[in-house]
Amino acid sequence: MTRRPSLWVWLWLVAWAIFSWLPLVASFDFSLRARKGILSWQAYLNVFADPGFYESLWFSFQTAMLTIVVSIFLVVPTAYWVHLRLRRARPVIEFVTLLPFVVPAVVIAFGLIRLYCCPPISFVSSPLLLVAGYVVLSLPYMYRAADNGLRALDVRMLNEAAQSLGANEFQVFFLVILPNLRTGILSGAFLTFAIVMGEYTLSALLAWPAFGPYMQYVGVFKAYESAALAIISFAITWLAMLLMQWFARVSAAERALTAPR
Amino acid sequence: MSKVAFDIRSIGAIRIGPRGALRVRLGDARLVWTTIGSWLPTLPFFIFSLAFLLLPSASIAVRSFQGAQGEFTLANIQQIFMRPDLLRAYENSILISIVTALSGGIFGFLVGYAITLGNLPHSLRSMVLTFSGVASNFAGVPLAFAFIATLGQKGLVTQLINSLLGTNIYHSGFSIYNFWGLSIVYTYFQLPLMVLIVIPALNGLRREWREAAEGLGATKYHYWRYVAFPILLPSLLGSMILLFANSFGAYATAYAFSGLHINLVSIVIGNNISGNVLYDPGLGNALALGMVVIMAVSIALYSYLQRRSELWLR
Repeated sequence: MTRRPSLWVWLWLVAWAIFSWLPLVASFDFSLRARKGILSWQAYLNVFADPGFYESLWFSFQTAMLTIVVSIFLVVPTAYWVHLRLRRARPVIEFVTLLPFVVPAVVIAFGLIRLYCCPPISFVSSPLLLVAGYVVLSLPYMYRAADNGLRALDVRMLNEAAQSLGANEFQVFFLVILPNLRTGILSGAFLTFAIVMGEYTLSALLAWPAFGPYMQYVGVFKAYESAALAIISFAITWLAMLLMQWFARVSAAERALTAPR
Repeated sequence: MSKVAFDIRSIGAIRIGPRGALRVRLGDARLVWTTIGSWLPTLPFFIFSLAFLLLPSASIAVRSFQGAQGEFTLANIQQIFMRPDLLRAYENSILISIVTALSGGIFGFLVGYAITLGNLPHSLRSMVLTFSGVASNFAGVPLAFAFIATLGQKGLVTQLINSLLGTNIYHSGFSIYNFWGLSIVYTYFQLPLMVLIVIPALNGLRREWREAAEGLGATKYHYWRYVAFPILLPSLLGSMILLFANSFGAYATAYAFSGLHINLVSIVIGNNISGNVLYDPGLGNALALGMVVIMAVSIALYSYLQRRSELWLR
């Protein structure tokens, strides 16, 4: 028996659609009005003609990639080891990976600057501190992605099977576990990518020329270009999230196939 | 004997197998090494978290109670309570978080209800979900731009209302740059977050509960009032607390409105870092500590409610 959606359901959905899409439609409309009286792509042409756009985008892209690599190397082996050998460490690790939700980004930036500003450890001018901050922000997502993947695998059995075939610990991890977690990790990676590309708080407070501060800088002087940047930024987030959801779906499908029965 | 030592022994017993008491004791040193060995692979993770998350947070807490010469003092904390502007900043941050947790929470619940229990086509459902995933991450500078283009002085909606009704909403007191304006902007990322976190709870409502209620003669109102709502309540409250925390920590969105004249804690801390206004490190630490305390309390409440909701929903 299929019931038809009620009037209220449609009402909420239409309200959602208007509220969700109106700012995007308005930004797009606004971004096309750079030339008086006609609709044109002028604002986008201006953005694409600015070397600062590419430089900041490239900077954020590199930072995002480095963040993802560091985060994977930090989180995935740890999550695996905790699953396999050190279950009692699990509450501690979960607590630590949830902390970035409790400590706001502006407070993390504040703490990092205060701790690494002055001798003996003067580290603020290194881009690695920014990457470290982003890795901290990515911890909750990355850990959950790895943990979900590991929960779905029978880690112990895979481990024993691989070892009985002569694999050492490293081979087990890199040749057996990692390929099985691939899609889950990728979905975490794209989420991290989406977050880092538009991030403003850490990069601005640590004074890095990332995409977020660039957008803010443009916004102070140029109205139409900033609307164009909002659309471009939305498109980047959209792309990253689509890829993330695609990988998450593939991961769920694989899980359904390989789940212990 | 302490608990840790007992732990070590029990691992050893498994490792070495059943042997005499003497041999176990001889093995103790080795067992300690196995324990250290079993923690060793997690070392990079813990060192990293210590250096870039735990120590920075802890140093904020410690320095909140330190004076200029490193002596213990309560002056930093007291200063917050003596400065009306700082108290107002906390008040504003808390208020906007409550308002947008409610607006995003209620609106998000209704949308979540519509797409889970509303018998909508599957394609619509997945479109709302995909969009929510994107929109909940679409915050900060570009979101501020989007709303300036929508409800700013020359925004699309402002112009539309002006030409349709002949009134300029800015003349009648509306502004995107004040408290209520910023609340609308925050709702934009709160709503999709609520949709994403409330859907699992709504999916957990079993069909049998409804059928059982209907079988006993309950109307739709009775079912929601006495069955579904009480079951959902802890997880709804928990979700709203998460929304509260989400907007309490927000910085970029508010900062991007350079014309904004709302005094928020995150903005005050940001200014303290970049040295725009007052440069008082002790006070900055105390402000940041206050923020962490409020966040910690709300997250603790969240996890309590989460456990409560798991009684029925999972």
